[in-house]
Amino acid sequence: MLNKLDAELSFHQTSLRVRGQRQELIAANIANADTPNFKARDLDFAAAMQQAMSQNDPAQAKTNQITKTSDKHFDALPTTHLQMTSGAGEPLYRPIIQGSVDGNTVDMDVERNQFVDNGIRYEASLTMINGQLKKMLAAIQGQ
Amino acid sequence: MSLFNVFNISGSAMSAQSQRLNAVASNLANADSATSANGKPYKAKQVVFSAIPSASPEAQAVKVTKVVEDTSPAKIIYDPKHPLANEQGYVTMPNVNVTEEMVNMISASRAYQNNVETMNAAKAMLLKTLSIGQS
Repeated sequence: MLNKLDAELSFHQTSLRVRGQRQELIAANIANADTPNFKARDLDFAAAMQQAMSQNDPAQAKTNQITKTSDKHFDALPTTHLQMTSGAGEPLYRPIIQGSVDGNTVDMDVERNQFVDNGIRYEASLTMINGQLKKMLAAIQGQ
Repeated sequence: MSLFNVFNISGSAMSAQSQRLNAVASNLANADSATSANGKPYKAKQVVFSAIPSASPEAQAVKVTKVVEDTSPAKIIYDPKHPLANEQGYVTMPNVNVTEEMVNMISASRAYQNNVETMNAAKAMLLKTLSIGQS
């Protein structure tokens, strides 16, 4: 039963996690806008999301091995349930639109654009989760 | 928690940019200081930014790793009445390029603003996240 509740929310929960990671990367790009030789990085959201979702899938997830001394012991949870912040695709490097002499590849227009875009999509996921919770509450209460 | 790390990253950039603004203020204030504590004309100071690892390995914060003296040649002006003038009447003035410093100042101030906004956006997102399931 609780498993099903978890599965219902897991898509948007994963999406929030990956969006959060992407927001952090873009914040780092904006912070390093004047650092010589800094290369701007970003996540390929689709790929990162797919990878994170496949880790969430219990069938594909790598389970942690534990030594069991009795058949009645439970199996260990998959890694992602224990480390919620880990692994959602490797960040890539942004292509250079206008290079600069100091080797910095941060383009502030692109970064600001992506930052706002990512923030709004994050809030969209939040709204979806809120909607799902309301729906579930309505179903539970039967009103 | 990755969104909390945005505060560390943007905060590091804000302090780095304010150090840069400090250097600019020092340079502009001393643009005409023909002498200093060591008896030589003032030398313009510039900060060097470098990316440092933060709590997460991919997203990097910023730090001012050193403050260097500008190596551009000193300005030499002709003013025989100046107490520091040499026999030919020339005075060595600081190598501060006021135009360059003004540009530096605007760039630092804009970068600072960008980071403040980044932080505000992260804060709004976190607060919204905290209110999941309420009302």
